[in-house]
Amino acid sequence: MLEIKQIVVAYGRVNAVKGIDFAVEQGQIVSLLGTNGAGKSTTLRTISGLLKPVSGEIWFEGERIDGLPAHKIVERGIAQSPEGRRLFRQMSVEDNLKLGAYSRKDTSGIKADMDRVYDLFPVLGERRSEAAGLFSGGEQQMLAIGRAMMSRPKLLMLDEPSMGLSPIMTQTIMKTIQDLQADGVTILLVEQNAQAALSLADRGYVLEVGQIMFSDTGKALLGDDRVRKAYLGAD
Amino acid sequence: MELFFQQLINGLSLGALYALVAVGYTVVYGIVQLINFAHGEIFMIGAFGAYATWVLMGSPSDWTATTSLLVLLPMMIIGGMVASVATALATERFAYRPLRGAPRLAPLISAIGVSVFLQELVRLFFGKIPGMPDAKSSVPFPDIAGISGATITLGGVIIQMPAIFTLAALAVSTVFLWYFVNRTKTGRAMVATSQDPDTARLMGINVDRVIMAAFAVGAALAAIAGVAHGLMNGNIGFRMGFLAGLKAFTAAVLGGIGNINGAVVGGLVLGLAEAMASNYLGTTAWKDVWAFVLLILVLVFRPQGLLGAKVVDRA
Repeated sequence: MLEIKQIVVAYGRVNAVKGIDFAVEQGQIVSLLGTNGAGKSTTLRTISGLLKPVSGEIWFEGERIDGLPAHKIVERGIAQSPEGRRLFRQMSVEDNLKLGAYSRKDTSGIKADMDRVYDLFPVLGERRSEAAGLFSGGEQQMLAIGRAMMSRPKLLMLDEPSMGLSPIMTQTIMKTIQDLQADGVTILLVEQNAQAALSLADRGYVLEVGQIMFSDTGKALLGDDRVRKAYLGAD
Repeated sequence: MELFFQQLINGLSLGALYALVAVGYTVVYGIVQLINFAHGEIFMIGAFGAYATWVLMGSPSDWTATTSLLVLLPMMIIGGMVASVATALATERFAYRPLRGAPRLAPLISAIGVSVFLQELVRLFFGKIPGMPDAKSSVPFPDIAGISGATITLGGVIIQMPAIFTLAALAVSTVFLWYFVNRTKTGRAMVATSQDPDTARLMGINVDRVIMAAFAVGAALAAIAGVAHGLMNGNIGFRMGFLAGLKAFTAAVLGGIGNINGAVVGGLVLGLAEAMASNYLGTTAWKDVWAFVLLILVLVFRPQGLLGAKVVDRA
C-alpha cells in the first residue's frame, strides 16, 4: 500500500533521514521505533508532504506521491496525527473535527463519522463545544486521533500517540488503534513506548540516526535482544 | 457639547476608514507574518477602480438619489473591488509567493517595491487608458446624488452623508467578516492556518488558497474604504494610499496585529484620538503627530496591542 524507497530528507545540509526503505501493507499496523532524533517524525512529515525528500521515492497505492502538496496527499487517503497533538486549541472539539474532514464534501458522511468519534471517545461528545485546549493530555490525544480519522483515511499515521499519557490512558489509545485496524484502517505508528507499539504491530522497523537498523515482525522484535536492551530497558 | 459630538462623528468615520484598511494588514499578517506595505496602494487602486467604473457607466451626473444609491454606488464599489482584488492577488502571486521561506526582510522589501510600482503605474498610465483622466495630480471623485454634499442634522450636530456611508460600510463589512471567519469553511481554514500552518496542511487545507483568500478579503474591504475616501474627501490621487496605509497599519498594531477585531477597534480608537486631539490639543495640523504618539505609547506600554496580538500557540 505504502512503499518508501531510499528516501533522503535533509534540514539544511544535515541529513535527518539517510536513505531508508520500508513498506506498509494494507490492513497492517506497522511501527517505527527509535530514540529521539532517529528520523521517525521526519519520515512521517515527508510522507505527508510537509517536507520534500532530497532523493528517493514514496509510492502509495501504485502511484508516486513524493512532491505532491500536503493537501493532495490527504485527498489520496493518508492522514497524520502529528507529534505533540497540535490541536487548534482555541477552537472547539467540533471545529477541530470539522477541520479534520476539510478534504471531504459528503456532509452526511462527515456527520456520521463525527458521531463515531463521539462514540469512541464519549468525553469528547459530552464537551463538544468546549475549546480543545481545556482538555487533559489524554483527551487531547483522543481528539487528535479522532481529527485524523475524520478525513476517512486509508492510511493513518500516528506520531507518538502515547507521549505524556498515563499507563491507563496509553492502554486506551492502543486499544483504539487496534479497533481502527479491525475497521480496516492501515496504521503507521511511531512510538517511543516500544512495548506498547510492538505488541500491536504486525511489523516493526528500528531506526537509528536516520537509518533502518533492522526490522521484523512485532512479536519477534519484542523478543529480540537488541530491542530489549535498547528500548525495553532489559539488561 | 455639540462640538464634542461633532468630533465624535468625525473621529468615528475617519476611524471606520482606517479600520476597513487595517483589516487587510491584519488578516495577511495573521497568516503569512508579512506586513504588506503595498496594502495602502490596494486601497488607492480600489478608489481608481471605482472611478473607472463610473466612467465606463457613462459618467452619469443626473441620476436621482435612489438610482445612484441602488445602482451607481454598488457598481462603483464592485468595480473597485475587482481592481483591488485582482491587484492584490497578482501581487501575492508574483511579488510575495516566490519569496515564501526567504528571510523575512525579503518580502518586506518586495512589498515596498510593489508599493512604489503601483503608485507610479497609476500616476503614469491611468490617463493612458481611453476615457480616463490624467492621474498625475489628484482626480475629483464623482458626486453621488444623495451622498456627496448631503448632510443630516441630529440635535444640532451636522453629519455628512459620506461619514454615514463609511460607518455603515464598516458595520456591514464587520458582520460579513464575522460570518466569513466563523461560519464558512474557508474562514475556518484561515483561522487554522494562522494558528498552525503545518497542521492546517495535514488537515488537507490548501494553504496557498487560504493565503489568496486572505489577500482577497483584505483587498475587497480596502476597495470599499477607497470609495469612502473618495466620497469623504471629494478627490482621489495616486499618493492617497501612503498616509492612509500608514495610519491603517498603525490601527492594526494598535488593536493587536493579526487580530481582526483588534483592527476594527484600533481603527476606531485611532480615528477618535485624531479627531479629539486636534480639537482639544492644538490644531488639525497636529493630528498625525497625535496618531503616531498614540502608536508609540501603545508599543511601549502594551506591545501586543489593545486586544492582544495573534497568540502563537504550539502545543
